[in-house]
Amino acid sequence: MKGLSKDRLWAMAVLAPSILLIAIFVYSFIARTVYVSLTDWGNDPAQALAIDPIIRWVGFQNYQELFTGFLQGRFRQELVNTLFFTLFFILGCLGLGLGLALILDRNPRGEGLWRTVFLFPMSLSFIVTGTIWRWMLQPQGGVNQAPTLVGAPPSTFGWLSSNDAVLKFDWNALPLITALVVGVVLIVLAVRAAREGQRTRMVVAAACAALLLLWAVFIGPRVKLLAAPELHGFNFAMIGIIIAAVWQMSGYTMALYLAGLRGIPEELREAARVDGANDASMYRHVIFPLLSPITLSAMIILGHISLKIFDLVYAMAGPDNISASVPALNMYLTSFRQNQFALGAAIGTILLILVAFVIVPYLASQFRGEEGHS
Amino acid sequence: MTAVKHAAAPPSAPPRRAPGMGRAFTYLLLIIATLFFLIPVYLVFATALKSPDAITLDTAWHWPAVLNWASFSEAWDKVGGNMLNSLFLAVVATLLSALLGSLNGYALSKWRFRGANTLFALMLFGMFIPYQAVLIPLFQFIKALGLYGSIWGLILAHVVYGIPITTLIFRNFYADVPDALIEAATIDGAGFWQIYGRVIFPISVPGFVVVIIWQFTQVWNEFLFAATLTNTSSQPVTYALSQLAGGQAVSWNLPMAGAILAALPTLIVYIVLGRYFVRGLLAGSVKG
Repeated sequence: MKGLSKDRLWAMAVLAPSILLIAIFVYSFIARTVYVSLTDWGNDPAQALAIDPIIRWVGFQNYQELFTGFLQGRFRQELVNTLFFTLFFILGCLGLGLGLALILDRNPRGEGLWRTVFLFPMSLSFIVTGTIWRWMLQPQGGVNQAPTLVGAPPSTFGWLSSNDAVLKFDWNALPLITALVVGVVLIVLAVRAAREGQRTRMVVAAACAALLLLWAVFIGPRVKLLAAPELHGFNFAMIGIIIAAVWQMSGYTMALYLAGLRGIPEELREAARVDGANDASMYRHVIFPLLSPITLSAMIILGHISLKIFDLVYAMAGPDNISASVPALNMYLTSFRQNQFALGAAIGTILLILVAFVIVPYLASQFRGEEGHS
Repeated sequence: MTAVKHAAAPPSAPPRRAPGMGRAFTYLLLIIATLFFLIPVYLVFATALKSPDAITLDTAWHWPAVLNWASFSEAWDKVGGNMLNSLFLAVVATLLSALLGSLNGYALSKWRFRGANTLFALMLFGMFIPYQAVLIPLFQFIKALGLYGSIWGLILAHVVYGIPITTLIFRNFYADVPDALIEAATIDGAGFWQIYGRVIFPISVPGFVVVIIWQFTQVWNEFLFAATLTNTSSQPVTYALSQLAGGQAVSWNLPMAGAILAALPTLIVYIVLGRYFVRGLLAGSVKG
């Protein structure tokens, strides 16, 4: 049936309210947030909650303040925290999840029970998880007392209170680091395009990479964002939060990997064995390559969760723990405790951009593939 | 996408058993992993059942000598009202978004029109956005509607931001319903609504179970909207718990008992209907 039958009109009518709601609540609200982030709403406390506040357009001043302002060191540490959190959280969930799935794939007795145990934290709220782990990571209690159960002296690790950090770098070097990382990625893309014989793509990527690297060599080292050096790194206070997050979410990767493992036909394993593969090489050459699309999906989902995570941090470290905080938490505090709406909107926009980097290519690739089939 | 397909038909485990030594090692690893996952549970109960003066950091691991069940009634006094708020919120928001998702999923999978996929992708983006990026306008909007501080504002937010995931789950669910069924019904003269009422809706029970469990858990566990759109009379339990546990001089039996109370509904749902929970988990996470 081609064209607009009555039924098809009904289908669109049914969808219309949802489309309208999404258009308002997602897209127009995002636009509004971006607009607010370019104003000075709330920078003057007297105007923040006024009935008719005087709001002026200030361009990118809020963003500039966040990245280079003297008062916003907290935000910069949070940005660094988020990146490290994302990295270790994804690694932890993928590693533990894959390990558990591989064990369960060997069909131990009572498999359902084990699976239930590994997955139950998924059904909890991050607030519940955070409350529990906060108690476990109390400075002189919980985990730090655990060694005394076997007669050892208690540990003194400052799980949520440490101020020590590793992998420190000067914030002033951020443009340089960014340029180098993007440059390297572009080179990889160029090499790939060259191998696939796509000349235009190769030339564009290579040219951009060259420009960036030239900038990094000649101009980058002289760029100073801040008047004085400001060190940021992977703060030890984040470790406890990462462990709690892995505790809660690794069951999810386990479920994904287990579904993937169970989906691999037995004949494939048989064939590999007949070809003389032992267990190790079968996993390396047959099973892990088949699981790589699942790994990619999991990385994307976990990545977007970790960039947004905030309730776990709120419940574990509290709102005022500067060394263990994340931008998503800062946005809430800035907007709804301090009423600095414009600054909060700017943080929200930065978060959105980070998440979009992860999600948009993913959605685009999924649906481009599907549009072709239907 | 692949994982969703597998999840839709839970595969039966093929008979594959590793021999002796490997078996023992397997169980050893399983027990270690189980300890990691269950130790927090032990500590929560051990702490919740202690009387406040028996809680010291040195003895955090000891099982209480005298069980003090009063923590639970005391915690209920503090968060019970919020539990009821959460229950009302989660039930209403879940039912509304399930119904909306079912209709959307039906329209998108069985009455495809040009651009339906693009539209759907634009819709899906809504479930990935950090809600911080819409929070300020949302707050203003809810306030302008006069719903700030009422549970209905929160319901509205949860229903709207639930549209992507419920639509996705139902769309995938209905994709497995053969088109021939719809065609046959069309030939019999049934239209959009008759087909939904007589063919689609009656076979949707498993889809509804997945969506309801998933949404209920999500809405119950949500924190950001709860903290921004409500006031003391309408705050859900996650917010109340964060306040209960947030102070510095807390006696820890209360937050632990509160955490157990707040976790109980979703935990029961998970234990009783875990299979559907996992399906929602897989469908809700892997797109397509």
